[in-house]
Amino acid sequence: MDISKNFFEFFGLPVSFQIDQTLLSERYRELQKQLHPDRHAHLSDREQRLSVQYTAHLNEGMATLKSPLRRAQYLLLIEGIDTTGESSVKIDPMFLMQQMELRERLEDARDAADPFAELESLGEEVQSELAGLRRQFDQCYLSKALEEAAAVVRKMQFLEKLLLEIENLEDQLED
Amino acid sequence: MAYSDQVIDHYENPRNVGRMDDKDGNVGTGMVGAPACGDVMRLQIKVSDEGIIEDAKFKTYGCGSAIASSSLITEWVKGMSLDEAAELKNTAIAEELALPPVKIHCSVLAEDAIKAAIDDYKSKQD
Repeated sequence: MDISKNFFEFFGLPVSFQIDQTLLSERYRELQKQLHPDRHAHLSDREQRLSVQYTAHLNEGMATLKSPLRRAQYLLLIEGIDTTGESSVKIDPMFLMQQMELRERLEDARDAADPFAELESLGEEVQSELAGLRRQFDQCYLSKALEEAAAVVRKMQFLEKLLLEIENLEDQLED
Repeated sequence: MAYSDQVIDHYENPRNVGRMDDKDGNVGTGMVGAPACGDVMRLQIKVSDEGIIEDAKFKTYGCGSAIASSSLITEWVKGMSLDEAAELKNTAIAEELALPPVKIHCSVLAEDAIKAAIDDYKSKQD
């Protein structure tokens, strides 16, 4: 195992946004087996430390490749574009306007006659927006339009955050 | 992480929350967002014929620091000329609210928002 390899190579998968989730899980289990600490009880301290490092790399890799947003960010990172810590970048005002409206609807859902129905339809809308953005990202990435791909990733971040907030409100209302 | 008293004050009693008609020729609208935390901010100014900001409104979806930064800046810009408002720096907001380093970007967002609102207003005057 070589932790200097990127996560795709580490899992023996092609460097691509489209990913075979079944194969990813299979590879994860295979690699996990090789790393299981019980198999390394006889190893030296140094080797055990390495094994801990491998495990951390493996788990980080799994989490990164499994999530479409993190996978997209990681692909851009490989190309030298870091979208993970950005705070002040220009975002399309029309998109922000739409985000504002979606968040207003989330706010109003709390007092709706049937808040769960409202949240469900809002959630579906956000999911379908996200699905569209993922397709868009894949196209941009494949055609090496990396700046465009980064702009799509930024939009994905707003929608993922909104999904999280929808879930949080659902949990709150259930209690 | 604990919020400062100033942040809590603006968070609990935000000033100037609301919206103006963005089709109004005297209104400038700034929309900004921070993808890393998913914050969205709308800041609007109403400018008199003499070029003075008469009123300011905001709506922010985000953390306490982002809400406080936008609330504070709407208070500050009222009565300012466009040039004065354009010179406002995020560091002044961060200082007034005692923002910790990890929240400085919230004050940057508010500075970007007022600049975007001024630009929008100016583009309407052409």
